[in-house]
Amino acid sequence: MKQLSLALAAVAAFAGVAPAQQLTGAGATFPAVIYQKWFDEYHKLHPGIQINYQSLGSGAGIQQLTAGTVDFGASDMPMTDEQISKLKVKALHFPTVLGAVVPTYNLPGVTQEIKFTPETLAGIFLGAIDKWNDKRLQADNPGAKLPNDNIIVVHRSDGSGTSFVWTDYLSKISPEWKSKVGASTSVSWPTGLGGKGNEGVAGTVKQTPNSIGYVELIYAVQNKMPYGPVKNSSGAFVKADLASVSEAAAGAARNMPADFRVSITNAPGKGAYPISSFTWLLVPTQIADANKDKVIKDFLQWMLTDGQKISPTLDFAPLPKEVVANETKQIAQIQ
Amino acid sequence: MATLAATPARAAKTASQTGDLIARLLALGFAALVLLIAVILVFALWNGSAPSRHSLGWSFLFSKNWDPVTEKFGALPFIYGTAMTSLLALLISVPLGVGAAVFLSELAPPRLSNALTFLIELLAAIPSVIYGLLAIFTLVPLMRRYIEPFLKGTLGFLPFFQGPALGVGVLTASMILAIMTFPFIISVSREALLAVPRDQREAALSLGATKWESTWDVVIPYARLGIFGSIFLGLARALGETMAVTMVIGNDPSIHASLLQPGYSIAAIIANEFTEATGAVYLGALVELGLVLFCLTIVINAVARLLIIATTRKGSGRP
Repeated sequence: MKQLSLALAAVAAFAGVAPAQQLTGAGATFPAVIYQKWFDEYHKLHPGIQINYQSLGSGAGIQQLTAGTVDFGASDMPMTDEQISKLKVKALHFPTVLGAVVPTYNLPGVTQEIKFTPETLAGIFLGAIDKWNDKRLQADNPGAKLPNDNIIVVHRSDGSGTSFVWTDYLSKISPEWKSKVGASTSVSWPTGLGGKGNEGVAGTVKQTPNSIGYVELIYAVQNKMPYGPVKNSSGAFVKADLASVSEAAAGAARNMPADFRVSITNAPGKGAYPISSFTWLLVPTQIADANKDKVIKDFLQWMLTDGQKISPTLDFAPLPKEVVANETKQIAQIQ
Repeated sequence: MATLAATPARAAKTASQTGDLIARLLALGFAALVLLIAVILVFALWNGSAPSRHSLGWSFLFSKNWDPVTEKFGALPFIYGTAMTSLLALLISVPLGVGAAVFLSELAPPRLSNALTFLIELLAAIPSVIYGLLAIFTLVPLMRRYIEPFLKGTLGFLPFFQGPALGVGVLTASMILAIMTFPFIISVSREALLAVPRDQREAALSLGATKWESTWDVVIPYARLGIFGSIFLGLARALGETMAVTMVIGNDPSIHASLLQPGYSIAAIIANEFTEATGAVYLGALVELGLVLFCLTIVINAVARLLIIATTRKGSGRP
């Protein structure tokens, strides 16, 4: 550590810049990859500024922000009114990128892509549809030879923003899910096995024939896992990709509340993928340190312009223009 | 003259006494530190669990419901999962471990014994996440394809072996825990068996006992405290094991009669849900589970110790 700081000091002296301005943030794990990339790129542009990000989980991010131990938080779900009431300094929600959650499955011998409707997904995860060759599934997939086997449901066992997006979607499309289970980072699952992390769900699905689980789109793409299209609110079957996720955000952008606390699952729009979500940076409205205040404002500005161009290279869908414009206005609220 | 001669001696004596005193105080301090840490731990757990203790009361211990959305929490499935997997694991690993230790100390040629012991101690040092990966990639498919269908085919009439063969579940978690506790039991038991004086074996043999009789009736009873110690170590590891268990137990907070079905353990749910737990009662409930695990460990250890006392009463000569 001492050597490191000496080395840093030497570098700073050599480059002739002011001592490093350090910022610390903590929170969501899902966007951690793109955040690290952004902070790294930003550091290259401004060598004097170092932003550290700890991907501890959305809940931990909100807690640390509430406790005031970090300069900003990050979360995969908007803060609840109860959480906001505990904040000493009001915080602003800044959507950063978009994510999507996809149903992934393991059906040996079935080559065709399996399509899902809101009804079949809710039925499977409630345990009401327990065979692959159930009439409702077969009706959506006329050509597929679905086996007469039990569906093995796999869900996340750890609290996670992915589970929040998934259960938030199921709550919107199924009144039964809403009343029996609800939406949260961890819920009381009616059926199935729990896997820890995306890798836990993916591993269990890959190894267990006739299983179905849900993972983040990026994870499914990078690990070449099969995932099916889902019927959206306009009745079209849409497969998750950068375009369909961005369209979901654009559809929601028209009715965006001023504080950006919005769920975009089951969004309107013909090409919109229905299980999409924003992820947010949580920035305090009042920052006592003038330097930090300047850095955060500048970073947010950069993130909304140049930063957005980096997102697709890491398979994150960039924000729609309308949202970027509104967020740019919100930066002025930081004092 | 006499007083002059006595002074240096007395000075030396007081110096060594002060030394003794300092050493004694230091040792006392270290011992007190252990107690202090335990007290702080209980205090922190008690304090941290206040929101859930106030809102849920005693029902926390007996409720089977774990629902973060409505903030209703119950510890029973986790207590069951922790106790069941640990006990099953010991049921598998104790006979195997003690048997292997007997082989290593009594029967194997010394060179082989040393080589094997080295390997076993290596196994004990492997991080548990590695065992978890081993379980996911090797044990789970084996269980799903061969062992579970076999158990269902032969013992399927018992409620313990019913339901679909998932590969993950209480039995798989117990198996990986057995594999993990195995090296501890072997290596500590072997030390205990090696510490049995040669006279004991020779006396038994000279009285006409066979090798087996001398081992079973003389050596093992003589070393039993050490062997029990090894079992405690294994039990402690099994009760607190987190990563390997959560990777294969299925993480389902319910109590199934069948061992092939998924379950959940206390350590696993704390590790799984702590980072994203937001509500005060939710966090409190997770901390309270920690308190429950602490108490469970004490209770299980106490029961095990009572069992030992009961069995040693009738046993042959104490060492």
